[in-house]
Amino acid sequence: MNTAVISEYLPLYAKAFLLTVKIGWIGIGIALVIGVIGAFILYYRVPALSVIMKIYVELFRNTPLLVQLFFIYFGLPKLGIRVSAEVCGAAGLGLLGGSYMTEAVRSGLEAIPVSQTEAARALGLSRWQSFVYVIFPQAISVSVSAIVANVVFLLKETSVFSAISLMDLMFTAKDLIGLYYNTTECLVLLVLFYTLMLLPVSFLGHVLEKKTRIAIA
Amino acid sequence: MAEKLGFDILLKGNNLTRLFAGMGVALRISVISVVISLGLGLVLGTFLSMKKPVLNAVFSVYLNIVRFMPQLVLLFIVYFGATKAMSINLEAEPAAVIVFSFWGIAEMADLVRAALISIPVGQYESSMALGLNTLQTYVYVIIPQAIRRLIPQSINLVTRMIKTTSLVMMIGIVEVLKVGQQIIEAGRKTSPNAAFGVFATVFLMYFLVCWPISLISKKLEKKWENGYG
Repeated sequence: MNTAVISEYLPLYAKAFLLTVKIGWIGIGIALVIGVIGAFILYYRVPALSVIMKIYVELFRNTPLLVQLFFIYFGLPKLGIRVSAEVCGAAGLGLLGGSYMTEAVRSGLEAIPVSQTEAARALGLSRWQSFVYVIFPQAISVSVSAIVANVVFLLKETSVFSAISLMDLMFTAKDLIGLYYNTTECLVLLVLFYTLMLLPVSFLGHVLEKKTRIAIA
Repeated sequence: MAEKLGFDILLKGNNLTRLFAGMGVALRISVISVVISLGLGLVLGTFLSMKKPVLNAVFSVYLNIVRFMPQLVLLFIVYFGATKAMSINLEAEPAAVIVFSFWGIAEMADLVRAALISIPVGQYESSMALGLNTLQTYVYVIIPQAIRRLIPQSINLVTRMIKTTSLVMMIGIVEVLKVGQQIIEAGRKTSPNAAFGVFATVFLMYFLVCWPISLISKKLEKKWENGYG
C-alpha cells in the first residue's frame, strides 16, 4: 500500500463523501416525512389515500433501488419529467425509504392500545390532538429501532447512486481504479469512508434505542 | 399510446425474450446464492445456538462486517480487490455469488440462531431426559418448533437477496438492466421513448418476482404469530 497515493486521493474521496452524505440525508429526510404521513393515512384508514399508500408501499418495497433510479432518471424524462442526477438520487432514496418508514411507523402506531385514543378523546382532545400529543409520541418510541435500522439501510443504499453518474464514493473508487490501477488504496479508502458515514449513525442509534426503552417502561 | 410511452420496442425483434433472459441471469445468481446461504446458514446457525464462545465471537465480527458494509462495496472488494491481491482471474458472476452468499450465510445463520435460542431450555432438557441424543433432540423436537419462527424471516431474506442481485450490472454482468440499456441504445432512432417502456417493464418484472414471495412471508407470519399452536 502506498501512502502517497492515499493522501493524493483523499481530497477526491472527501468531496465524494460530502456529496453522498448530503444526498443520502436529504433522501432520509424525505423518507421520514413520507413515513409519518403514510403511517397516519394507513392507521386512520383515510379513504382513497390509504389504497394509494398501500400500492405505493408494496411497489417500492418489492423493487430494487437501482431499478427505481433507472426508471426515474432515464424513463421519466420521456414523459417530460426531467430531473438532475442529484435530485433523482434524493427522490429515489426518499421514495424507497418512505415505503420502509411507513411500515416502521405504522407498526409503532398499531402497538399503542386503542384505549389510549379513547382516553384522550374522553378527556376532550380532538382527533388531531390525540394523535399529536398522545398516540404519536408513544408510537415513535416503539418504532425507534426500526427507524434507525432503516436509516442505516438507506445510507448503505446510497452506494448505487454511481449508476446514474452521480460522483459519489463508488463512482470515485471505480473511476480511480480504472484510471490508475491503485486498486488496494482505492478500496481501503472506500471502506474507510463508508465506515465514517455509518459508524456515528449506528452508535447514535444504540444510544437512542436505550433512551427510548426507558420511556416505554 | 404504446409508441408514445416506448412500450412498442418490446415487441420488435426478440427484445422481450432478451429482457426475460436478462431477468433469468439475475434470478440465476439469486437462486444459487440463496441455496448456498440457506443451506450453510442453517448449519452455522445451529452451531451458534450451542453458544461456543470462540465461534460466537468470530461470527459476531463476521456478521457485523457484512451488515455494516454496503453489498456493492463488498462486490467491489471481491471483484476488483481479490483479483489483484491474489492474482486470480475471477469472473464477475462467481464473484457476485461469493459476495451474496457470504452476506446471506451470515444473515441466515443469525436468523437460525435467534429462532433456536427462542425455544425454552425446558424443551432441550426434557428431550434429553427422555433419552434422545443431541441429533434427535434437534431433528424431532427443536427444529419443528423453531421453523415457524424461521420461515417467514428467511423468505424475507430471499426477497432482499433477489433485490440486491440488481447490483451485479455494476460489475459488468449483462442482466436485465444491462439488456434494457442495450435495447434502448439499439432502438434510439426508431423508438426514442424506449427508456420509459423498458425500465417500467423491468420495474414490473422485479415487482412480480418479489411481491408474491413477500405476500407468502406476511401470510405465514400472521398465521404463526401465536407461537406454537
